[in-house]
Amino acid sequence: MSPYSEKVMEHFLNPKNVGVIDSPDGVGEVGNPVCGDMMTFYITVKNDYLDDIKFQTFGCGAAIAVSSMVSEMAKGKTLEEALTITNKQVAEELGGLPQNKMHCSNLGADALHKAIEDYQRKRLAESTPFIKSKIEEKRVEKEEGCACPYCDAAMSGVIPYCKSCGASIGVCPECGEVTRFDSESCLKCGAKFTKK
Amino acid sequence: MKIYFDNIATTMVHPDVYKYMLPFLSDNYGNPESLHFFGDESRTIIESSRISVAQLINAEPEDIIFTSSGTEANNLAIKGVAEARLSIGKHLITSSIEHFSVLHPYKRLEKLGYEATYLPVDRFGLVNPDDVRKALRKDTILVSIMHANNEIGTIQPIEEISKVIKENSKAYFHTDAVQSVGYLNVDINEMGVDLLSISAHKFYGPKGVGALYVRKGTKMLPLIEGGVQENGRRAGIHNVPGIAGMGKAAEILKDKRKEWVTHLISLRDPLVKGITNLVEKVYFTGHPQQRLPGHLSLCVEFIEGESMLMLLSTKGIAAASGSTCTSRALKASHVLTALGLPAEIIQGSLVLSLSPDNQYSEIEYFLKIFPEVVNRLRNMSPLYTKYLKEKGV
Repeated sequence: MSPYSEKVMEHFLNPKNVGVIDSPDGVGEVGNPVCGDMMTFYITVKNDYLDDIKFQTFGCGAAIAVSSMVSEMAKGKTLEEALTITNKQVAEELGGLPQNKMHCSNLGADALHKAIEDYQRKRLAESTPFIKSKIEEKRVEKEEGCACPYCDAAMSGVIPYCKSCGASIGVCPECGEVTRFDSESCLKCGAKFTKK
Repeated sequence: MKIYFDNIATTMVHPDVYKYMLPFLSDNYGNPESLHFFGDESRTIIESSRISVAQLINAEPEDIIFTSSGTEANNLAIKGVAEARLSIGKHLITSSIEHFSVLHPYKRLEKLGYEATYLPVDRFGLVNPDDVRKALRKDTILVSIMHANNEIGTIQPIEEISKVIKENSKAYFHTDAVQSVGYLNVDINEMGVDLLSISAHKFYGPKGVGALYVRKGTKMLPLIEGGVQENGRRAGIHNVPGIAGMGKAAEILKDKRKEWVTHLISLRDPLVKGITNLVEKVYFTGHPQQRLPGHLSLCVEFIEGESMLMLLSTKGIAAASGSTCTSRALKASHVLTALGLPAEIIQGSLVLSLSPDNQYSEIEYFLKIFPEVVNRLRNMSPLYTKYLKEKGV
C-alpha cells in the first residue's frame, strides 16, 4: 500500500529525535489537526549551534518521516546553516515524496525555522540581516509548484481544471492552497468560494 | 501473520468461484452474441448467472442488467433515469453520505441543469424518512439512498423511505446495495425499490462485474450504446468469466449468508469490547445496532489514520481509514463530516471490515497489536502531549 520511498518508510518506522525538550530555547509549530498534519519542534542552542532538536508530529507517514529527516539534517548545524535547509531538500533527502503530499506534509523545515525564529525573537538584538532574508526567501519557495491532488500532474497558476485529468481544482484565493472548486469552501482555510 | 480486515474494499474470490470461472478464461472463449456453438456456451452461462443473481435479490432474471461494476450500475441508474424522465421533471434527491459513484453523477446532472437535494443524516448516519417526504416535489424524478454505508456500516430504513416516496410522488427509488448484499437480506419487493445496484467483488466474486436491477416499466436510457447486449440497455461484449463468477458467488452467498452473519457478529462483538477496554478516547462511528454485521468503524483521538494503517500493515493487519491523508485528494471523508464529527477527530478514522474467513485468533492478535500502535503514535503526537498536560499527568 505504501506510496513512499524506502527512506521515508525507514524514517517513519524508526523516527529519530521524537520527544519534547522541557526547557527549550525555541519552539516552532506548523499545520493544524484539521488539515491532518501538525508538527512541533523544540530546539536548544549553544554558541549559535543547534545543540538538541526534538519533535512531535501528528500526521501521516510522510509528515512523520519529514520531521525525523529535518531533525537529523539540522542537528549540530549553526542556526544560519539550519535556516538554509528547505522543504524541497528534505523531500530530496527522503528520496522524494508523492506529489500530493508535498504541500501539506512537507512542513518540517518550516517548523524548524519557526523554532529558530522563536529563539531569535527572544534575542532580537542578535538577529543578523542574513537570517531575515532567509526567512523571506523561504516564503517565496513555498508558493511555487502545485500538483493536481487527483493525478499528480504539475499545475501552474489558477486554472479551473487540471489539464491532465480534468478534476475541477484550483488555488484558494484566500490561503493559496490547492483545493477543489466543487466544494463550497476551501478545505484548508475554510474560506467560502464565490460561485462563478 | 497476514490478517485481512478490509472487506469493504473488496473480498477475496471464493475458491469455488475461481474454479467455476476458469473454463471461460480458456477453452470457452466464444462471443455470446455469436450464433455458433462457441457462442451458445457463453450465452448459456450468462443466462444461468442472471438467474442466480436474480434469485439472490428476489427479482426476475430479465430485470437484471450486467455492468462492469457497482460504480457503473449507479451511474447507469442515475444518468439513465434522469435523461429518460427529463420531460417529467428535473429534481433529484439523495443523501449526503452516498458513495462517489452516486454523488458525482448528481453533481454532473446539476451542471446540466438538474436540481439536486442532498439530505442530511443524524449523528449515526441515518436518513430521516420525514426529510425525504419534505424534499419530494411534483417534479422529483429519482431518489437514490444507499442501503448500507461502507465507511460507517449504518443501514438505512429503505422500506420506510420507499413507502414515503411511493405515497407522495411518482419518483423512482434507487438504492446502492453494493455494501449490503453480501450480508443482509436484499429483497427488491420487500424494500420497494425500482432500481438496485450490486457488485460481485463485495461478496466473494471477481472484480470488474456488477449488476443493476431495473423494475419492469422503469424508464431508463443506456449509458453505453452500440450493441445489442442486455437488450441494448448496456452495450459492449459481456465479461463472460466475470459474469460466470458473479453467478456462482451469488449461489454460494444465498446458501451461506445466515451462517456467515452469525460468525461475523461473534467476531465483531468481542472486537468492539476489546477496543473499548484497551484504548481510551476512541469514538465508534455509525449506528450501534442498525449496522453491517462484520463492520466496525471508529475514530482514535490524537493520531492520524494513514500512519495508523501503515503501522498496522507492517504488523500484517490490513485495514482502511477515511482520514484526509489517506485519500488521494487529501480531503476528509464526506461521510464522517456529515455525521458532524470535528475534523481533527475524523483524522483518526479506522474501518475494520471482517469476512467469514476471519478467525477468533485474528481478533486476539489485533487486540494485542492495536494498543501498541496507538500508543506509539500518541507518544509522538503533540496533541496527546497537550491532552496529558491538561489532564495533569
